[in-house]
Amino acid sequence: MPTDTLNRAVLGVAPLVRRHRIRLWILALTGVTVLLVTGYLFTDVTGSWDYVLQLRARKLAAMLLVAVAVATATVLFQTVTENRILTPAIMGLDALYVLIQTVVVYLFGASALAATDPVLRWTVELVVLVLFATALFQWIFTGAGRSIHLLVLVGVLFGVLFRSVTHLLQRMIDPAEFAVLQDAFFASFSVPERLLGLSAVTITLAAVGLVLIGRQLDVLVLGRAHAIGLGVHHRQLVAIVFALVAVLVAVSTALVGPITFLGLIVANLAYHLIGSHRHRHTIPAAVLLAVIFLVGGHLLLERVFDLGTVLAVVIEFVGGIFFLILVTRKGTR
Amino acid sequence: MIVLQSVTKRYADTAVVDDVSIELGHPGITSVIGANGAGKSTLLSMIGRLLLVDSGTITVDGLDVTTTRGALLARRLAVLRQDNHLTARLTVRDLVAFGRFPHGRGRLGPSDREAIDRAIDYLDLDPVGGRFLDELSGGQRQRAFLAMTLAQDTEYLLLDEPLNSLDLRHCVQTMRLLRRAADELGKRIVLVLHDINFAAAYSDRIVAMRAGRIHVAGKPTEVITTAVLRQVYGLDIAVDEFGGHPMAIYHL
Repeated sequence: MPTDTLNRAVLGVAPLVRRHRIRLWILALTGVTVLLVTGYLFTDVTGSWDYVLQLRARKLAAMLLVAVAVATATVLFQTVTENRILTPAIMGLDALYVLIQTVVVYLFGASALAATDPVLRWTVELVVLVLFATALFQWIFTGAGRSIHLLVLVGVLFGVLFRSVTHLLQRMIDPAEFAVLQDAFFASFSVPERLLGLSAVTITLAAVGLVLIGRQLDVLVLGRAHAIGLGVHHRQLVAIVFALVAVLVAVSTALVGPITFLGLIVANLAYHLIGSHRHRHTIPAAVLLAVIFLVGGHLLLERVFDLGTVLAVVIEFVGGIFFLILVTRKGTR
Repeated sequence: MIVLQSVTKRYADTAVVDDVSIELGHPGITSVIGANGAGKSTLLSMIGRLLLVDSGTITVDGLDVTTTRGALLARRLAVLRQDNHLTARLTVRDLVAFGRFPHGRGRLGPSDREAIDRAIDYLDLDPVGGRFLDELSGGQRQRAFLAMTLAQDTEYLLLDEPLNSLDLRHCVQTMRLLRRAADELGKRIVLVLHDINFAAAYSDRIVAMRAGRIHVAGKPTEVITTAVLRQVYGLDIAVDEFGGHPMAIYHL
């Protein structure tokens, strides 16, 4: 049948075109990333190359790690919650991070915060954040409701609680100590080297976990019912993903402080550009976009605005505009 | 066979499914009918592992659904529900390919591609194979999801109200298609239906549920009778015969 072969031909071609589009975008994003990274490292060097490069390399490493963590965590979280405008921030993880710091300063004073070994602090923060996420998950999912939306809602409430307690404690802290505390909450990319190494190891481990469950994740886009029907152990998979998200968010928050909006922008941009539901396409694209945003934002900030503003402002300004364009254009959900 | 033994599901104090023991999945089509809240969908959800059983056991070909690995069951039993809302944009072919997940864990080999082609072909979806699901009509979407379950290549097929929100033409098409799948492909289909005449015309067996229990199970002529329908729906419904099928006249 001629029509039959024609159909087959068309069917065969359509996926090919899509595959090209995905590859092209990934290539383009990689190109921009490489360009920005080189630009960031090697332009505008004054004084000792050694010193400047070392400083910038360390900052760059922090940005890369945060980009990987935030982008991956957001894509995973959105897949599991079957919602594309949520970010893990809604679960109150970064609010808990702020609370931990505040409690430490409140109980032991700002000098304690400064005097503690950063690696120890980082480890404790990470463990608390992951334990919280896992406990929340176990608690909700072993109850009768067993709904992800209930889980998210309870997470939102905990976030509000954490923020309120934080505010209360901050009011009772010595103003001088409060200033030290406030400094810790701004996303800052000057991070001790040992933390970078630890974070890199943790993120790599999370990535290995991700690769192990990768293909099952793709099935989750069909929703819980279909995923179960297709043989996915949904509860177990969601538990693993939540643990991964908690680790990634905790790493990124403990490394540089709360940075929330970035994930939302890069995840949605990635879906939009790539047009694929497969996580092995969307996650790399989101990560590359996150690097572009972070490094590009830093370039703008340091070389164009002369440190006249903070990175969050740049990211949220540019990202906000991007996001509005996405939302107002047709068919984005 | 799908064997249920004293299966019970409770919400608070009310048993939605109350001590049900029955064998489902005879060759051909089995329809489950009953009033709203009779426990039909709950029963199907428990077989499909979407809900946990409170007490009792369900086995599919001897495999307990609560303890057997999901992938193993998914090669014997496909489930299609009505809430087919998707967050991602998928093409018809992408969707149908998901049906092969239990077989290759996401990797598509030549035999998988063949199964996908066959399923798409069987449901006449060739012309729209590359289109996105949100660009299709409700009837085409429904067929795309059916194609996914066919590609899953299972012996048993469970459908929860497949005729919901379909117009008359698509209802008839869907039922004919299921009949064909049962006769030609040897599928054993269990479906929840609200229209008792579709059940009467296309089923080999009908299971009537009432208040969480199996009220009657048997051939259409044994279940679609004025007496049974009065007990199941609480209505006096005249039953006539047309072309060998009992037909309930319930619109008057």
